[in-house]
Amino acid sequence: MSEIEEAPRGDGGAPVAVDHDAEHRSAVPMPVARFDDPHLGDAARHPRRTEVIIALFLIVGIAGVAAFGGAFVENASTQVLAVSFGVGLFGLGFGLTAWGKYLMPRGPFEEARHELRNSDSDRQAMAAALVERTGVVVKRRRVLGGLLGTGFGIFGVVAAFPLLRSLGPVPGKTLFVTDWRKGSLLVDVNGRPVHKDDLQPGGLLTVFPNGFENTDNGQAVDQTVLIRLQSSGNIVTMRGRENWGPDGFVAYSKVCTHLGCPVGLYERQLELLVCPCHQSMFKVRDGAVPTFGPAPRPLPQLPLTIDPDGYLRAQAGYNQPVGPGFWERTTPAWENTSPR
Amino acid sequence: MNTFVKPRTQREARAARGRYGRVQQIVDELDDRLGIAKGGRTFLDKIFPDHWSFMLGEIALYSFIILVATGIFLTLYFVPSQTVVVYHGVYKPLDGMRVSEAYASSIDLSFAVRAGLLMRQMHHWAADIFVGAIVVHMARIFFTGAFRKPRELNWTIGVLLLILAIFNGFLGYSLPDDLISGTGIRIAYSILLSIPFVGSYLAVWLFGGNFPGHIIIERFYILHVLILPIIIAALIGAHLTLLVRQKHTQFPGKGRTEHNVVGSPMYPTFMAKTTGFLLMVTGVIAVMGGLFQINPIWQFGPYQADKISYAVQPDMYMGWLDGALRIMPSWEWVGFGHTLPWEVFLPAVIFPGLIFNLCLVWPAFERLFTKDQSIHQLLDRPRDRPKRTAAGAAMLALIFMVFCASSTDVLANFFHLSLNAVLWFFRIAVVVVPIIAGWVTWRICLEMQHGGTAIGRRKRAMVISRTAEGEYVGVTAEQRPGDEGEELEPLPVPRQIEVEPPARLGAAGEPVGASTGVDGGNGAGVRRVPR
Repeated sequence: MSEIEEAPRGDGGAPVAVDHDAEHRSAVPMPVARFDDPHLGDAARHPRRTEVIIALFLIVGIAGVAAFGGAFVENASTQVLAVSFGVGLFGLGFGLTAWGKYLMPRGPFEEARHELRNSDSDRQAMAAALVERTGVVVKRRRVLGGLLGTGFGIFGVVAAFPLLRSLGPVPGKTLFVTDWRKGSLLVDVNGRPVHKDDLQPGGLLTVFPNGFENTDNGQAVDQTVLIRLQSSGNIVTMRGRENWGPDGFVAYSKVCTHLGCPVGLYERQLELLVCPCHQSMFKVRDGAVPTFGPAPRPLPQLPLTIDPDGYLRAQAGYNQPVGPGFWERTTPAWENTSPR
Repeated sequence: MNTFVKPRTQREARAARGRYGRVQQIVDELDDRLGIAKGGRTFLDKIFPDHWSFMLGEIALYSFIILVATGIFLTLYFVPSQTVVVYHGVYKPLDGMRVSEAYASSIDLSFAVRAGLLMRQMHHWAADIFVGAIVVHMARIFFTGAFRKPRELNWTIGVLLLILAIFNGFLGYSLPDDLISGTGIRIAYSILLSIPFVGSYLAVWLFGGNFPGHIIIERFYILHVLILPIIIAALIGAHLTLLVRQKHTQFPGKGRTEHNVVGSPMYPTFMAKTTGFLLMVTGVIAVMGGLFQINPIWQFGPYQADKISYAVQPDMYMGWLDGALRIMPSWEWVGFGHTLPWEVFLPAVIFPGLIFNLCLVWPAFERLFTKDQSIHQLLDRPRDRPKRTAAGAAMLALIFMVFCASSTDVLANFFHLSLNAVLWFFRIAVVVVPIIAGWVTWRICLEMQHGGTAIGRRKRAMVISRTAEGEYVGVTAEQRPGDEGEELEPLPVPRQIEVEPPARLGAAGEPVGASTGVDGGNGAGVRRVPR
């Protein structure tokens, strides 16, 4: 900081803290903005003009806020309300700021900066009070101090426990289960059962187990995407899933294994499911293994069957937790494919 | 203590009040009880530096005031409830749909309440401006070294305010329970899940069960409108209290030392300017709130857990985290009966944790290298601290690149590029761009250090000429006539405002001598100091 210009002042040229006594400051008049203030330039050289301009802004401001009042009474459109309100306040504000900037005393004035630190003896006195009183009160009553500390410690733990624990249930198995069961009927979001003729090859539908609307989290947890691939016949997406995809139908959990967004996009030509949140892509024909993006695991597959009436049913529930990963999740990636 | 003697005439009553009349009386009465006269005078005289960059924090403060004002308006109409109702409100396209009360009330307060949409959109814009202004203000503090001793604590408070502002912004845009906000809540739930050991407990407790539960809007609501605003307001109070106690920093310049503050006084100059600025900020946000659509929840539709829309981006202040989530590879550790989802935990928990902690410890971190224990009131010019400036530029570049990465899909569509190419561009760019930005900044700082030492002076033109040998030489030009930079010598804040005779005002264009009324008072007058 060698470049600081120390203003020549006082007698010796050394920086002198300005004396802030009232009698010192009271004698000097505070100059209004002056013509030759180098900060001001044109505005101060033409104070009348500046006044007029400021007055115009204030008048615009008055008109604006008055217009806002009128617009409010008339229940005008949002745009009219906004422009009258905004222009009104901006006009008043601009006028006031310009008034302050160009026509009010701006010095530059100076304020002394007193050191925050106290004298060494004051500091020592405080430290002494802390240490010596503690010595008397606590050190001679170690047992009491220990008991009090233990009490506060236990209370801290005990108080935190109900605060947290009362918020909700322990997770238990809630993250592991869905409402899909052996024989669950596939229904659409309105509860209508899905018949195998409802979907053309290449079609897609979001399905749920029947009765999902009576559950707390069914729509979020059970959501499953049912796809009818172009090729008919039994679709085998992986070893061990030989009879999971009857008549071209496959079903996967719609909850992305990355962050739980619904995997809502389907690229029909490439047979890819795409999550619009972070662009994870899942290969439908290959057990929904992720081929792109941050998703770490395939979407769990729901084993399907077609009942004698032609309605689609689940052979079983999902064989692993659906959705994103969490600490207690145990199923290794896609090795355990036997239906639950 | 005034002994009260009943005045007999008006004149006596006036005389009894003294030279300053009723104001004196009020001051006396207050001072008898509160002892405010001396401190109050000091407060009126408090000096605010005039540099424009000191106004950035004001933008943040005023957008917070606007947030509180518009937010109170919104609480009068918003219903924080996930109870499902059949919508029969004013917005006909939604008629008959099953929506939550939160969503229905958000729609209706937008369309059925007078100025409701204006207030809602002002609230949303003000939140974005709040966070943005905090970041820019923080950059000013950082690059000028204003965080150094004795202001480390205020820097810490500022970083906490940034974190809280981001959190509260997220909670706020989660409340309307529209499709976008529900998706955001789902992602937040999954991020909580990713935390090792305790993640599933945190998530299930916060949501009162598995996602989505029935209670999250109510919990977010009380956090958003009561708990976090109180903490933010308290921290802002502490921030400003420390600012008054420690006084402002200032840039070096004429008459400015480590032992003074030079600028405009609190009353009337700064008070007028800053009140006007509050009105201007409000005006701009009002115009934005009415003309620039933001978060049109009626277009997104209500949140349904199995629905999603394409090209989903969060608000600006969450975008950098979304970008980090996008470019993270799919690394998940599985084993020993447990799962550690690095692909979420690293970008969404560790990464922001590192960034914010780096901000928090920066004053101490810098001191490790500078070993500087002295107290600083004068600011650094960024060029004079090239390493710090380079580090700051690299950090901003990193955040900016991660932020841009939150629109990989939009960029790929817009420029007809493969998503894979865009993804890999950002994976490389978040490493390379900060390094380049830091290095370039560092070089520029070093170059600028040769550019003369005229702190606080008006810049002079640089004439670059080529010699016969082809060498380029820069020479500082002479000051043009009439453009001599000059600053006034600072003087103590006086008591009364001098009234200039109107005759002098007429002398337009002609500088009038600076002698008006400056007499007495130790001869401390305005001196013209030619430079």
